[in-house]
Amino acid sequence: MDLGFFAQYLINGLVQGITYALVAVGFTLFFGVLDVIKFSHGDVLMLGAFTALALFLGLDRLSTPTWLSLTIMLCLGTLTMALLGALLCKFLVLPLKESPPLNTLLITLMFGSVIRESVRLFFPNGSNPKPFPALLPETSINWGNLNLRLDSVILIFTGALAIVLTHLFIQKTRMGLAIRAVAQDEETARLMGINFTKTVLMTFALGSGLAALSGISTGLYYQEINFSMGLMLGVIGFSAAVVGGLGSIYGAIVGGLLFAFLQTLGAIWFSVPAYKDVFAFTVIIMLMAWRPTGLLADRSAERV
Amino acid sequence: MAANRLVGRSFCGTRLITMSDLKTKLEILLGVALCVVVLYGFLYLEHEWEIGLLLVILPLAILFLKRANILSDYQQAARTIPRFTLISFIVGVLVLIVLLRDEHFALLMLTTVLLYVTVSLGLTIQFGFAGLVNFAAIAFFGIGAYSMAVLNYHFHALPDLLIILFSGLTSALLGALLILPILRTKGHYAALITIAFGILLRTFLEVNDVFGGPQGLKVGAIEILGWNFSDSFPSVLGGGSFYMAYAIMALLLAAIAYLLTRLIEASWFGLNMDSVRLDEVASASFGINIPRWKITAFMLGNFFAGLAGAIYAAMSGFIAPASFNFSDSLLLVSIVLLGGIGNAVAVIPAALLIVVLPEKFQVIQEYRLLLFGIVVILILRFRPSGLMPRGLRQYFPRSST
Repeated sequence: MDLGFFAQYLINGLVQGITYALVAVGFTLFFGVLDVIKFSHGDVLMLGAFTALALFLGLDRLSTPTWLSLTIMLCLGTLTMALLGALLCKFLVLPLKESPPLNTLLITLMFGSVIRESVRLFFPNGSNPKPFPALLPETSINWGNLNLRLDSVILIFTGALAIVLTHLFIQKTRMGLAIRAVAQDEETARLMGINFTKTVLMTFALGSGLAALSGISTGLYYQEINFSMGLMLGVIGFSAAVVGGLGSIYGAIVGGLLFAFLQTLGAIWFSVPAYKDVFAFTVIIMLMAWRPTGLLADRSAERV
Repeated sequence: MAANRLVGRSFCGTRLITMSDLKTKLEILLGVALCVVVLYGFLYLEHEWEIGLLLVILPLAILFLKRANILSDYQQAARTIPRFTLISFIVGVLVLIVLLRDEHFALLMLTTVLLYVTVSLGLTIQFGFAGLVNFAAIAFFGIGAYSMAVLNYHFHALPDLLIILFSGLTSALLGALLILPILRTKGHYAALITIAFGILLRTFLEVNDVFGGPQGLKVGAIEILGWNFSDSFPSVLGGGSFYMAYAIMALLLAAIAYLLTRLIEASWFGLNMDSVRLDEVASASFGINIPRWKITAFMLGNFFAGLAGAIYAAMSGFIAPASFNFSDSLLLVSIVLLGGIGNAVAVIPAALLIVVLPEKFQVIQEYRLLLFGIVVILILRFRPSGLMPRGLRQYFPRSST
């Protein structure tokens, strides 16, 4: 294989890997503070993309300039989903804090399927795939076999920037300190005067906002969204977070990139590209049998 | 004092036994007859208002029976003569099948309910007893269905009952691939593994041409001793829809699965599984072999799902990957949860509600996943033990004498 092809696969894989990593960071955050899996994460992502689409359709009528509508879509889409994430946490996740973890998993799974079905049933013509506007510049450069699209570069950088900002937020701010404290020991954190509920809600808002961002960038990249896209992206994001090691942001990034790498590898190896998911999931299941706590998990934490 | 209370507890049980045994049996039979009438109405009625009326009357009636303590007496009675109760319920459903013999659709629904009950019983063993999460129930159902299709096509000479058995075994064996990852992980991680497996399997079936790809496969009908199940019911036996044969078969399967589940629950098998679910460390320190019970529960549950899938495939005559979605797995989990985790009886009414209601109310057919989602959220939030919570284990069910 020549270098051009290789670079092409690398770029495509990076775009996907960053998207997965964004989802995985959310899973890792929720698990860190509350030891729960919010399985509606993928569907929140999908709803974020659909909210952005609805906003675009509204703004299009007013003929706003592209950059402005893109900004509004990003901000409002992310904020709405952040709000939804916090509400979900307040009314469905926190009340079940004392019950078995399976119940939380189930309630969020079901909430996800409620979101999914609502979009399918109530979004106009929601059961069909929807074209997503191509708002990013469509220029591309050709280097031999490499076709470098400007939008992929922008998406990679936006995603990476979002992850870096999240990391800085958690490491450098007071709120981030509170999040880390809660993740380490809930009761001690409470004793130190940290507002537990507020911290957890904030974390859920942050994670859900990231999911919305990754939903919108998926829409911008593929220029098509559908109501069931969240299920697959959610499972992939969860796998990425678990394989990387739940509770660790680096793990989420590694896991996301690894999953994209496996998919790309699968697509190259098998003549039928659809086998790529079968291949990737098989490797993930095997990896989990090998290292149940993930590749980069906290050694101190009891995860399994 | 404590001893007195214990004796008092067993005196409650004695009350019914000292009454004539015949009366207890008559009570059971009356209850079965009532259930058959209600089920007949539920399956036979077609207008939405009729079903609606039934749905209003039924809970009120149950509430009344509960208030008047008839229900608990009844449960006590059923517990004193479990074998008689089970047999009379099976006969009751048989009568129901005969009553509905010309109604294709009602029989199809009944069969589906019975097959779902079988799968849910498997989930009860996995979930409710051993505490293993399985979000791939429909995948194992699907493996059973596909094995039925393939084996029936390639090994037509084999007796079909054997093929159904093999399909169940295939399902259990393919599930065995997941044993290592499931044993090494817990809770969320194990959930992810089953979810990933479900999606993986569906994608695999969809892209693989050997298994018909997205178009699916045709499945031959079941044939036992020269009697082809897809012909209408033999007129010697009164005639009727061809679904009758499948309904009877599904009934037998569900009954066997139920019996097995109850036997497991009552025996030391169930005791071991319960203790594995409740506290692994404590169980291990009492010398309980944890992997052994987890593997037993997992494989047995998948075996049930595979058997049900095989019958489903033969009955519908055609299978495609699209019938084995992740949302169907969620539906099965909802059945177990709605009934009450770990309660084998409870999956029966739950499966009836979840399978039949959407068929009866065309309005909600489209919205059923949405509605089930909301119902399960409400249940988890406000009544996490389900409609019929699992009762406490009775160590001495017949010690009352």
